[in-house]
Amino acid sequence: MSGDIAILGVGMHPWGKWGKNFVQYGVKAARDALKDAGVNWTDIGFVSGAATMRCGYPGYVAGATFAQALGWQGAEVNTSYAACASGSQALAAARTKILSGACDVALVIGADTTPKGFLAPQKGERPDDPDWVRFRIGITNPTYFALYARRRMEMYGDTQDDFALVKVKNARHGFTNPNARYRKMFSAEEVAASNMVADPLRLMDICATSDGGAALIVSSLEYAKKIGRGDAVKIAAISTVTPTFASAVIEMPDIATDSAAAVQAHSFRAALPKKAYEEAGISPNDVSVAEVYDLSTALELDWMEDLQLCERGTAAQLVRSGATTIGGRIPVNPSGGLACFGEAVPAQALAQVCELTWQLRGQAGERQVANAKVGITANQGLFGHGSSVILKR
Amino acid sequence: MSTKPQVPVLEGWFTEQDGKAFLLGTRCCGCGTYYFPRLSTYCKNPACDSEKFEEVPLSRTGKVWSFTNACYEPPEPFVAAKPFVPYTIAAVELDKEKMIVLGQVVEGVNVSDLKAGMEMELVVATLNEDETTVKTVWKWQPVVTGGAN
Repeated sequence: MSGDIAILGVGMHPWGKWGKNFVQYGVKAARDALKDAGVNWTDIGFVSGAATMRCGYPGYVAGATFAQALGWQGAEVNTSYAACASGSQALAAARTKILSGACDVALVIGADTTPKGFLAPQKGERPDDPDWVRFRIGITNPTYFALYARRRMEMYGDTQDDFALVKVKNARHGFTNPNARYRKMFSAEEVAASNMVADPLRLMDICATSDGGAALIVSSLEYAKKIGRGDAVKIAAISTVTPTFASAVIEMPDIATDSAAAVQAHSFRAALPKKAYEEAGISPNDVSVAEVYDLSTALELDWMEDLQLCERGTAAQLVRSGATTIGGRIPVNPSGGLACFGEAVPAQALAQVCELTWQLRGQAGERQVANAKVGITANQGLFGHGSSVILKR
Repeated sequence: MSTKPQVPVLEGWFTEQDGKAFLLGTRCCGCGTYYFPRLSTYCKNPACDSEKFEEVPLSRTGKVWSFTNACYEPPEPFVAAKPFVPYTIAAVELDKEKMIVLGQVVEGVNVSDLKAGMEMELVVATLNEDETTVKTVWKWQPVVTGGAN
């Protein structure tokens, strides 16, 4: 039996700081996805929502919240929370339901409304909470991104100019994307002139947080054929593995890595796509396009290596050669990535799948990667959460 | 030098003995894995089900894995001096424990002074100061090799 499912429809609400209720973004994305799929809302058997922790109780039960907003129609609901991988976990729940035969067609949906400014920890004195501890001693999110970036400079000779090239490339990719929040070209000089946040990373190297919503309509292959969509883009793998002890890299929000005194250290980032490739039976050489979690410019380079799109330590050379630009050998973040979107946590992993669906259908307009056949996503969040999804034509 | 009482910002995380600073960790009696912050419940090694731990001071020197700084004032619960003074941060790899530990770097050491592989040692220094107390924390300090440069 094939483990594939079909993507019948995709939809997004443009990213931004709109200040509206997250439910509005989700409903807009869902209605677009239903229309794109040619499926009626009342035919959806399962609603799988990605939770948001920032929008009160309706956010904790996002699946039900969206189902009610679209009009209760008796579907089963699920809500998944897995930090940045919430969307992928919600998608994985829908796939399981479909492959078990319990439902034919499902809506997978995530949306968020973000507060202004830096994300800050909850109030109160909580020395047992690593997230509280690290802020108390002055370790912020950009600290971790900067440590990874500096490590590349020290190990592989990457430069701040290389990181700036990633921003320039992603800004160009996202320039014409109607769902991107930032549609502005940047020169390397402009990136270099932006304020230093955490050396070597500048303001233009680090992604913002945004409002946004994304939705998918997914079904069994049989259902897709039945409604005349046998040619739909398919999901070939969803990896949501946890890390393997001991951690090789210092992970947010920790103060220290695990000790590898007794066991070998493992890279979590590298493990996520590895499982996806194995599940899909697809080799990194077959990948035509990738959407990766560029929380920072330098992190995009780490992801390229973790996805095995190039040898460890050589990602900057690929960027310099133009290979990761649309038209190059292996375009990365044709959507513009987080650099152009900003992070809308529960929607982001689904937005990556939306972009790859458009790419594999040949519907990405000016962002189109020619003859894209296989796409892969990658993301990582707090507390051992992450995902990698493979799409194929 | 302030005469205010010095209070560790985190109780039981670090100590000073004979003028030398140590991070306080634990070590699993089953598999030998070290823990910082200290762990005394269940070993996190999936191949070990030990619930016994011994308290151990960690190596007080290590090598720079990576480094950065904070150019902007972090949000609460960080307590910043007014005006905010940027500080350097290092991730230091402890050889025996095979563990990387984050910490601020002592005042006066900038990003441009650091390199991967540099030897660092642990000290206890001021994190922030209010009207009544000085809050202390562990910080990393380059080991002076004497005569170099």
